[in-house]
Amino acid sequence: MPHTRIPVVAGWFTEDTAEEEFRLLGTRCSGCRSVHFPREDGHCRNPGCPGGELEEVPLSKRGTVWSCTDGRYRPPPPYVSDPGVPWVPYTLVAVELAAERMVVLGQAAPGVGVDDLPVGSVVEVVPGVLDEDRAAGTVHTTWNWRPVAAGALS
Amino acid sequence: MTGDVAVLGAGMHPWGKWGRGFVTYGQAAARAALDDAGIGWPEVGSVVGAQTVRGGYPGYVAGATFARALGWQGARVTSVYAACASGAQAINTARAQILAGMADVVLVVGADAAPKGFFAPAGGERRDDPDWLRFRVLGATNPAYFGLYARRRMALYGDTPEDFALVKVKNAAAGAMNANARYRKPVTAEEVAASAVVADPLRLLDICATSDGGAALVLSSVEFARRRGVADPVRIRAVSTVTPTFPRTVLDLPDIGTDSAVAVEPSPKSFRSSIARAAYEEAGIGPEDLSLAEVYDLSTALELEWYEDIGLCGAGEGAKLVREGATALGGRIPVNVSGGLASFGEAVPAQAIAQVCELTWQLRGRAGERQVPGARVGITANQGLFGHGSAVVAVR
Ligand SMILES: [Zn+2]
Repeated sequence: MPHTRIPVVAGWFTEDTAEEEFRLLGTRCSGCRSVHFPREDGHCRNPGCPGGELEEVPLSKRGTVWSCTDGRYRPPPPYVSDPGVPWVPYTLVAVELAAERMVVLGQAAPGVGVDDLPVGSVVEVVPGVLDEDRAAGTVHTTWNWRPVAAGALS
Repeated sequence: MTGDVAVLGAGMHPWGKWGRGFVTYGQAAARAALDDAGIGWPEVGSVVGAQTVRGGYPGYVAGATFARALGWQGARVTSVYAACASGAQAINTARAQILAGMADVVLVVGADAAPKGFFAPAGGERRDDPDWLRFRVLGATNPAYFGLYARRRMALYGDTPEDFALVKVKNAAAGAMNANARYRKPVTAEEVAASAVVADPLRLLDICATSDGGAALVLSSVEFARRRGVADPVRIRAVSTVTPTFPRTVLDLPDIGTDSAVAVEPSPKSFRSSIARAAYEEAGIGPEDLSLAEVYDLSTALELEWYEDIGLCGAGEGAKLVREGATALGGRIPVNVSGGLASFGEAVPAQAIAQVCELTWQLRGRAGERQVPGARVGITANQGLFGHGSAVVAVR
């Protein structure tokens, strides 16, 4: 079925890239090197920053699990889900990125549960689908975190 | 140190699901607080309302709404909003007015008629609002964040779901003795374990509900209290309303990402602990001086975190305290003897005010079966969405 792929938020991750090249996109301050995700395009949020330009930067592909949980009940709007279809829980995972020294939240890839994501284990960011509008022929794309079998950070 | 303000009166409308408007609850709480203070409404020089937010728009704009319900009398009016910390902001506003000499007597009111189920952001397509985005992009409800913190504690400190359940058991036992609480039945660990998982590892009985309720305080200058013959009133000695410092490295509601610690070394102390620290510093006391504490137990696991953050024990030792019974009524440092959010459910703008109502009754020695013997010093701690710290120290 032909689908128009629309990022759930434009500019937060790469589009039309192969899975290996897929990355979250943040911004990095040229003045203090702080990284911001979700991207900050106005001003650097470091109060001690001498000031600099905010440049788009891909975040690390791999990180380690800071913590995770799941959503056993259907979240309210604006989360998009079909109330006519039984709710399928998904997993949320907070991932620590060593180079950026920050934690980024995301949904785990479909089928990945909390037992697959022990704190400290290695995960990588991959493209995912958040919701689908069959009538309109569109899908909203997002990022997912997926365990790395080998467990290597790079 | 700042000056003290006196708590002349405290009042609440019981928490529950009563099916009425928030104005009703706020008005009832205000009248109860005025009666308790022995103050006539016309004597009130200023009214501060903690906002009740409906669909992103603050209800009827609380301050004036409550003033109208009580009968317009021309008082100075203020309305404040800081999500869960709204009540503390309202108390702090009242305190500042009193200490600045702008008013002798200030009425603080917060009330809510909460929707059923998960709290959700305001409607519409609001892509510039982080709170809207976390629901749209991740479906990350409040309990999801509580689940993340709980699992992190399990991994870091070896806490267990059984430890979390002990908090519910303790708070339910206290709430059973509180006529203002919504849930007044004791709960067993087995009942917690048998309740449905909401956000693994947390179950329904680990997570606070949303409730209707109203709470109010009548605050005055200490001098005014004396003139009224109240020689030894409960006094508010400190109100902390601090923000985090950059970089905040713990994921917090409604964040999708933390600050980056690339440029600045993060503080070794958490944001939550800095909230209490600011209150202690302002009051000139420390955790060792406390008789009791009311902390924001949005989840059972979060209560354990607060033990550490307000300095009752070291990092990772929270579960030990609850296991030992140190934080139960009769223990070394009772926490949430009101029953906490576990027994009340959250009525957002009223909750931080309700915490101070409990301190007031405890410090007066009038908390009945829930009384902490000889209570002299209490702290409340709470945190509002987006980085609103809130803690109040009251003494007698
Ligand atoms: Zn910078």
